[in-house]
Amino acid sequence: MTQLIWDGLFVGSFYALIALGYSMVYGIIKLLNFAHGDIYMLGAFVGFALLTSMGGIPASLSLGALLVVLLASMLLTGTAGVVIERLAYRPLRGSPRLALLITAVGVSFSLEYGVSAIAGPNPRAFPVRLEGGVFDVFGARVSLPQIVLMLIAAGLMMALNTYIQKTSTGRAMRSIALDATGSLLMGINVNAVITRTFFIGSALAGAAGVMAGAYYGKIDFLMGFIIGLKAFTAAVIGGIGNIKGAMLGGLVLGFVEAFGAEWFGGQWRDVFAFAVLILFLTLRPTGILGQRVTERM
Amino acid sequence: MSENVDSTLAPRRIGPPRSRLSRFFESRLLGWFALAGALLAPFVTATPYALNVMTTAAIFVLLASGLNIVVGYCGLLDLGYIAFMAVGAYTAGIISKSFDLPLIFTIPAVLVMTILAGLIIGAPTLRLRSDYLAIVTLGFGEITRITANNLDITGGPSGIFGIPGLLKFGDFDVEQPAVLYYVTVLVVAAFVLASARLGKSRLGRAWRFVREDEDAAEAMGIHTYKVKLLAYIFGAIWGGLGGVLFAAHLSAVSPQSFIFLQSALVLMAVVLGGMGNMRGVVIGALVISLLPELLREFASHRYLAFGLLLVIVMLFRPQGFWPARGYEPEQASDGTVDPALPKKKRR
Repeated sequence: MTQLIWDGLFVGSFYALIALGYSMVYGIIKLLNFAHGDIYMLGAFVGFALLTSMGGIPASLSLGALLVVLLASMLLTGTAGVVIERLAYRPLRGSPRLALLITAVGVSFSLEYGVSAIAGPNPRAFPVRLEGGVFDVFGARVSLPQIVLMLIAAGLMMALNTYIQKTSTGRAMRSIALDATGSLLMGINVNAVITRTFFIGSALAGAAGVMAGAYYGKIDFLMGFIIGLKAFTAAVIGGIGNIKGAMLGGLVLGFVEAFGAEWFGGQWRDVFAFAVLILFLTLRPTGILGQRVTERM
Repeated sequence: MSENVDSTLAPRRIGPPRSRLSRFFESRLLGWFALAGALLAPFVTATPYALNVMTTAAIFVLLASGLNIVVGYCGLLDLGYIAFMAVGAYTAGIISKSFDLPLIFTIPAVLVMTILAGLIIGAPTLRLRSDYLAIVTLGFGEITRITANNLDITGGPSGIFGIPGLLKFGDFDVEQPAVLYYVTVLVVAAFVLASARLGKSRLGRAWRFVREDEDAAEAMGIHTYKVKLLAYIFGAIWGGLGGVLFAAHLSAVSPQSFIFLQSALVLMAVVLGGMGNMRGVVIGALVISLLPELLREFASHRYLAFGLLLVIVMLFRPQGFWPARGYEPEQASDGTVDPALPKKKRR
């Protein structure tokens, strides 16, 4: 039981980290960024490339090297997110939603098969595996890497929350989410804020990618597909567009999956998660923390 | 949705076609020419490989014409369309194998199952914003594939094989490649025509209205939810029948045939060909399904190219290469002559 809760918490913190980017982008420009899961994949591959290029150093200093690589990958995936927004999404702002969604699918496709063309279609082994002692907490097997990764995830989320609540850019983001035209009239540089949002969201997804690579040890170019779907589910569960909701939704989805896999068998894990998504959309489409959104004409 | 005012998916040019060439491309004859081309193709090359490729392409055209109803006419993004094909193929395969029936007799059951699947996914999500539908259909596609992979009745990862043929009496076996190709082409042609006619019907106009402006459509008295659900169900039927043909063609069904990539390819056929324009969609489907066979050496990069192409088309030509014309010949009350068409020059 405690094992399930711990597993759920651990997987859930990954989902939360990715769901944040989904939720932030959706909150601000009402775009479902299908490519978000692939940014996570990109992060894993960037981390892989950086670690391989460093040669023998990482093996000895695994955690320190990993942190450096984590930051570098966040920077790079963040930039990738900004470039994607600039090239693919910005020209279409104000077009029908269908065109935007299809573009997002195209971007996701390009990222997946672009990485596959560069790095090869076969799964790669991550050069650094986090290993550490396993100890027993209330009957659950908890390993050191899990704790470290969860602390990193929690730290990133806390930093993001402070950023959004306390800084002027954060205030601008919240105001654009409420009313983009109004914010523009109030002198907010909407484009710059959107760029920054994409940067932060993509950087968080990239961080999650590096962490997943270091923890699971195997990466492949389609790894972002399912996790992107799950992250979206998490964002919907918590209330899409809501930052705290995304974190909560990630954890809830982690629990639901851990228990679902226990009760129905591991091969039904994904089915269970999507069933929860459909159930949520039917019964409470605004999520746990979301408010009722009235569409403005 | 005030942001949609100045740029919609609706074509800009309105009016009768101008040049002789474009009049030919818009004419009704084109469909017959295409059908004749498809029927004559085996006389050019009829190797088993060529017939296999052409049958696959024909089934792909059927799928694209079904997705065109959902995405092209109604503007709902369906990212798990292949799931309906999976439902159809598995239903047909399981029933025909366990009762040893020819596949053609499974069609009623296939229709029931695909409509049910369409209702299960469409009914809860179509009330919500269209973005949700996109991601729920994506999830549905995955659920269907994983379920097929896990269940015993669907044969698990290896799927079902040894499915009986479409129909067999005496010496005439529809399972022969050439016969199957002709049957497939004729069925597909009928459904492509039906889909094109649907687009011109009262329901089709309602779909396009919903696509362009849902609020306005609702204000004009269109029951948008019902109309969208109908589009979804029609799409499901087309997909399910595609599944029956697929099962007849390969005589085996396995989960690997229904990955997301397949849904994306059908979507690309619709988007690149021209959303809402059946002729464009047919050509798009043929290009997407035949091009990889012709360009074998670029196989590894073709998906990258497709992805980039999707973005580029959306940026520069958001209605696809050959979008629907916003022009419908009006039927004059006294006859069939359309007064808006330019009269033929008399010499």
